[in-house]
Amino acid sequence: MLDVTGISHTYGSGAKTHTALGSITFTVEKGEIVCIVGPSGCGKSTLLRAVSGLMPPSAGESRFMGDAIKEVPVDLAFVFQEYSKSLFAWLTVRRNVAFPLKARGMSRKERNRVVDEALESVGLADAVDKYPWQLSGGMQQRVAIARALVCQPALLLMDEPFASVDAQTRAELEDLLLDVRREYNTTVLLVTHDIDESVYLSDRVLVLSKAPSTIVATIDVTPLGPDRDQITTKETDEFVHLRGEVARLLRYGHVDEVDGQGVPARAVAE
Amino acid sequence: MTSTVNRPVSKGRRAAEIGSRWLVLAVALLLWQLATEAAKNPFFPPPSEIGAAMVDLWLSGPPSQLFMTEKVAIDIVPSLLRLLGGWAAAGVIGVALGLVLGRSDKAYDYFSPTLNFLRSIPPPALIPVFLVLFPLGTPMQLATIIFGVIWPILLNTIDGAHTLDETVVDTTRSMRLSRPRFLITVVFPAALPKIFAGLRVSLSLALILMVISELTGGNSGIGDQMILAQRNFDMPEMWAGIVLLGILGYVLNALLLAVQNRVIGWHTRSKSLTGR
Repeated sequence: MLDVTGISHTYGSGAKTHTALGSITFTVEKGEIVCIVGPSGCGKSTLLRAVSGLMPPSAGESRFMGDAIKEVPVDLAFVFQEYSKSLFAWLTVRRNVAFPLKARGMSRKERNRVVDEALESVGLADAVDKYPWQLSGGMQQRVAIARALVCQPALLLMDEPFASVDAQTRAELEDLLLDVRREYNTTVLLVTHDIDESVYLSDRVLVLSKAPSTIVATIDVTPLGPDRDQITTKETDEFVHLRGEVARLLRYGHVDEVDGQGVPARAVAE
Repeated sequence: MTSTVNRPVSKGRRAAEIGSRWLVLAVALLLWQLATEAAKNPFFPPPSEIGAAMVDLWLSGPPSQLFMTEKVAIDIVPSLLRLLGGWAAAGVIGVALGLVLGRSDKAYDYFSPTLNFLRSIPPPALIPVFLVLFPLGTPMQLATIIFGVIWPILLNTIDGAHTLDETVVDTTRSMRLSRPRFLITVVFPAALPKIFAGLRVSLSLALILMVISELTGGNSGIGDQMILAQRNFDMPEMWAGIVLLGILGYVLNALLLAVQNRVIGWHTRSKSLTGR
């Protein structure tokens, strides 16, 4: 679905250059949910922008369903951290979610049906006629998710989507994401700095190093199974072990420099 | 405007607040009346005389015309048409140009020094030029108003369009909106708060330029009426024009504010809630 080959990015020129991304290669398969986790300032957002066509990378290439990405593909949708900025403040919730459909020329009747469905699945059926600023942060992010899903994108890109809400809301939104991506059969690539979140949501976790960042390890999280629960999943030995593995990789950067607790079992060094 | 969102104000208290505001005006009028009566200066007629002159000039017509005299059609209607026509034309041109210039980095860089220079010219200074360029009367007056009031609208629209949040731009990238559609459905509403700020500055500026242009070259309008009254040493009639301009400015601004609150209520309320 998404093939990223040797993407790197350098900001600025001359003496002030800052290389945010080293050479990054990975793929996202159809139906997968992949989390990229990395220390803050490691260029996670830059990576997401570079692979999606929002910003041309300095080097490397990313392919979406086989085609090289030059500009943002139609079949791709974004959810950003700043929900209050990405929503249209002048439109009601219904019109916000209907906006991309209207741009595609979908009929009013069809639009209403699809929008109602999307708002239903994110639990906002009662808020259709409200304005974004009348909603809590968590509800605003639900609107943003509904707006991203309403066109049934093949790939959903999320940049720290739950970083600006409280812990309780965050847990709710994580579960919501797992539910809706199953319902809409969407492939998800999500960037986060939160280790628990990355393990809880993913099929696969890509661990980034500090800038110039490279992928330190790819961790398979499928042993946790497809059905997850905020309490029981996070209690399992499997989860505790995996989150420890990711944390260790983040702290030491290399699998061979671990703190005497043993080499991470499932880590595959690049 | 006092906020009624967080602090519920009882109806009685609100009425009292509004009442006391008008009371100040009434007292000021009374003092003006007393002072001018005492001074007996022919250049400063008392407000009662000015009021009488206003009624005499414009509101002593037959009931079938809502008491409006024929002078209304000569003095007030042309002024209003020029004012609103010039302002509206400047609004349409300014907003359309501003949206395009504001969203294009290249155009923005190329044009901003020129625009800032043109804006810096005091609009009345161009009246002599327009007097030569355009036929005397409405064409010259319209040109003066449009050229004078377009800058606040244009520059505010450019600013509003230019500072559109990047998150919004990124979010809409995958929606593949056509350029005009993007400008009209995303950039325009996002820039509306700034556009309205520009429109309000421009409206008061349009009133000023309307009077100046009528004082210098015209044969109708409030400014023209004032010049005629002054030449006839009819001071109450001259003052009648001044008071009418004040009323006009007040009413137009109040109307625009009402429209603004309807159109961008989402903006003020979202700001008051998030405290930004």
